[in-house]
Amino acid sequence: MASPAPKSPELSEKSKKYDRQLRLWGDHGQAALESARICLINATGLGTEILKSLVLPGVGSFTIIDGEKISEQDLGTNFFLDVDSIGKSRAEVATQLLLELNPDCQGDFVDENPQVLMANDPNFFQSFHMVISTNLPETTLIELSKTLWSLNIPLLACRSYGFIGSIRLQISEHTIIESHPDNTNPDLRLDKPWPSLIQYVDSIDLDSLEVKDHMHIPYLVILYKYLKLWQSQNNTQDLPKNYKEKQNLRELIRSGIRKDENGIPLSEENFEEAMKAVNFALIPTTVPSSVASILNDNACVNLTSKSEPFWILAKAVKDFVDNEGNGNLPLRGSLPDMTADTTRYIALQQLYRDQAGRDADVIYRRAQQLLHQLGQPSSAITEAQVKLFCRNASFIHVIRGTCIADEYDPRTSNARQISEALENGDGLLIYHVMLRGVDKFYTEHNTYPGEYDDQVEPDIVKLKSCISKLTAEWGCGVLSKDDYLHEICRYGGGELHAVSSFLGGCAAQEVIKILTRQYTPLHTYCLYMMYSLLISNTGVYAL
Amino acid sequence: MSEQKNGSSPGNMARKWNHLRKVLERPGPFCTSPSSEALSFLQTSCKVLIIGAGGLGCELLKDIALMGFNEIHVIDMDTIDLSNLNRQFLFRQKDIGSSKAEVAAKFINSRIPGVKVIPHFCKIQDYDSDFYQQFHIIVCGLDSIVARRWINGMLLSLLQYEEDGQVDQSTIIPMVDGGTEGFKGNARVILPGMTACIDCTLDLFPPQVTYPLCTIASTPRLPEHCIEYVKVIQWSKENPFDCPIDGDDPNHINWIYEKASERASQFNIVGVTYRLVQGVIKNIIPAVASTNAVIAATCATEVFKLATGCATSLNNYMVFNDVAGIYTYTYEAERKSNCLACGPANQPKYLDIESLDMKLSELIELLCQHPSYQMKSPGLTTMQDGRNRTLYMSTVRSIEEATRENLKRSLVELGLRDEGIVNVADSTTPNTLEITLRVTAKMAE
Ligand SMILES: [Zn+2]
Repeated sequence: MASPAPKSPELSEKSKKYDRQLRLWGDHGQAALESARICLINATGLGTEILKSLVLPGVGSFTIIDGEKISEQDLGTNFFLDVDSIGKSRAEVATQLLLELNPDCQGDFVDENPQVLMANDPNFFQSFHMVISTNLPETTLIELSKTLWSLNIPLLACRSYGFIGSIRLQISEHTIIESHPDNTNPDLRLDKPWPSLIQYVDSIDLDSLEVKDHMHIPYLVILYKYLKLWQSQNNTQDLPKNYKEKQNLRELIRSGIRKDENGIPLSEENFEEAMKAVNFALIPTTVPSSVASILNDNACVNLTSKSEPFWILAKAVKDFVDNEGNGNLPLRGSLPDMTADTTRYIALQQLYRDQAGRDADVIYRRAQQLLHQLGQPSSAITEAQVKLFCRNASFIHVIRGTCIADEYDPRTSNARQISEALENGDGLLIYHVMLRGVDKFYTEHNTYPGEYDDQVEPDIVKLKSCISKLTAEWGCGVLSKDDYLHEICRYGGGELHAVSSFLGGCAAQEVIKILTRQYTPLHTYCLYMMYSLLISNTGVYAL
Repeated sequence: MSEQKNGSSPGNMARKWNHLRKVLERPGPFCTSPSSEALSFLQTSCKVLIIGAGGLGCELLKDIALMGFNEIHVIDMDTIDLSNLNRQFLFRQKDIGSSKAEVAAKFINSRIPGVKVIPHFCKIQDYDSDFYQQFHIIVCGLDSIVARRWINGMLLSLLQYEEDGQVDQSTIIPMVDGGTEGFKGNARVILPGMTACIDCTLDLFPPQVTYPLCTIASTPRLPEHCIEYVKVIQWSKENPFDCPIDGDDPNHINWIYEKASERASQFNIVGVTYRLVQGVIKNIIPAVASTNAVIAATCATEVFKLATGCATSLNNYMVFNDVAGIYTYTYEAERKSNCLACGPANQPKYLDIESLDMKLSELIELLCQHPSYQMKSPGLTTMQDGRNRTLYMSTVRSIEEATRENLKRSLVELGLRDEGIVNVADSTTPNTLEITLRVTAKMAE
């Protein structure tokens, strides 16, 4: 019979429920999500779709702010309202129905207009890790943006409008250690080997091996040996640079394949792998420019007593690069799989692990020293954090965003960029301008263009004049895009559930990225449209 | 009726679909056919079938019901598992073990009055063309390539042709297909016989990770190798529970976990965890609510556009990825002129083999590995002396036993010849394929 279940945290009910996502962001990502408090302003169809994809994976708690009463139209776009709820508080019903999705999640609501709430209680948002807004009129959005910018709380402003929609992230600074890049080259350091690696490779004499052993030598060893041979033949210390040099090295490796009694080369997979690896395993070891710019960032170079662990770790790594690392980042310490016998592969893997461990030790000591100098407790950075940082040192990422309110202020908006892009006929930016026109229209007329069936034609003219005012503000010519104006007025401020559901999924994932500090969020803004020639395209602008 | 009691009968709900009405009924420069009939078509005559009531299926049901469709069928043979609850939002703890299709249908019907979701708790193969023919559009939210290919083959078999060889447009049932893996996904629109079909683009599906037997047996290096060893070799040898591995039985997973850990420590391999064991044994694909929402919404929008003509359709393949930022890319997947599924109906299908000395088991292996066929468990028959002879069939136990010996025989021994025809049935297609064997080495003879 099988022995009793091993006492593993992976066997809890919760980890079974979350199994499919834990494989993406891990237990530590899940813990971050479960301790997060988020706030949603306006439980529109889009709003509840965003919350759905946050409640299901287990966000800690949410609060909905919404002063609206449920209308029939709401039932046509919002899944988290039911037919009995017409006339009731939208915040209350949405909260109830969303909470049914996950008993591990807490939720409450404030049945009040967000504008009124902000005026009465400016500190209301202080306790949240992140705020999400949907379909806010520009006056409210600008005020909210300023409030949250000063509190340093990230804001995700979302909008679903007919067949188009937008997501705008406002965050002053976001640092990411685990960006989980899709394709990466291994960190093998064959151009900068350390003594124990050289010693190990030298201890293997290919020529004296039995055939069976010969075909089970890890390609790394083969590649290194033939690289050295190639270098001495060519009187150089460099790696092969161009196609011809690489081809020479590959031929050299091929010449090392054992032959049978008839002189026919045996099929040795490890040698084949070594030849293939010439392309990706012999890239010069450097500090990637994206990482170098983080290491040279003011926040890294000039630490303060308030510096976050990320920046202290970055500084410790920078000091390592400048000293012990001889210009290199700490070793990643992982080895890709390759044809090899177990013993030699594991020995090689151990060499990489040990060296990575030594690098991490140095960085841990440096980080502790920095903490001491800054007057921060030594517990602020653990060994595990250092190891994680070192493993990901080539992929760290920093995002610095801008305040939404600045876009609406002619003194700070990047009008020039917008007008240039418009003149270049940037289709998606045109829709952005259309949405800004809609904002202005709403501010002036208190309805959306085309909201009423008998007003579509007159509203096209009014919307055009709103947009003319904007383009004049930005100093660019009249935008002759009547087709787009007509299309926007056709939507009449309507919300289509499928469009909201698309945006809701995207927005929720951006929130999860911010809360877990894993994966890279969208830089600033994205506009979505499922239409005509630009069907299902997502444009991303750095505003 | 409850909606009557609450004063919200359909008559009183006139404003419910105001948002949809605007894009359906108002003319616009990008609108292909504004119509005051479109909404009533969705509500009274349009029939949509959703295949799969899982991560994508739950989303599709909600999206399509809220885009104004009233009669929606959903088919799924699966029951609800605890690990579904992080994204399949129509299911609760109390529903574990129940039919996905039935629970999902019940939920939607009670949440959205007026919508009629009809569940089918069965395999897609349980129905024939009469069933599939009744739908205007079919949407797939599946995790299985085999099932996708089967329904693709079914819709292609429903096509009828005009005298000039053109497809009779009225026999086309559009297929909208979505798929996700972690933070990546894709959505596509297939007009059977007109645009690229599932089999045209078989190479888009990533090949399954397999480990060579010699690696797992003698030179393991990764924790996965140790787990595969237990799965492939040790389990059948020790047969600890007197049955094949059931990935959903925690006792089985525990046993494999312990044995794989032992093997790993013998070889100084680190990293065998319970989660990894489960992942390898059940071939688990990571999944999150957000990606499912995005892909299902894209599919639902396409269904809406196809049914109403209120906007141009996706042409025809979109990929999505939000690992870094948010990224989509749309392109036109191209038809393969000699596609085995949608190519000319009468085109001969060939399989090149090296020689007739090949064993039947090798021929079957070839049909599974071949990039154009990629079959799963082909059953083979052939006409001999005017009679249909079964060479091998694994799906029916008695026939399997009766034909098992043939696996070891060579094609010559089985009476097959160059240019000979075998009829092949497989779970990847509802149709039997007539395949002509061609011996490639004959020139050299
Ligand atoms: Zn095809």
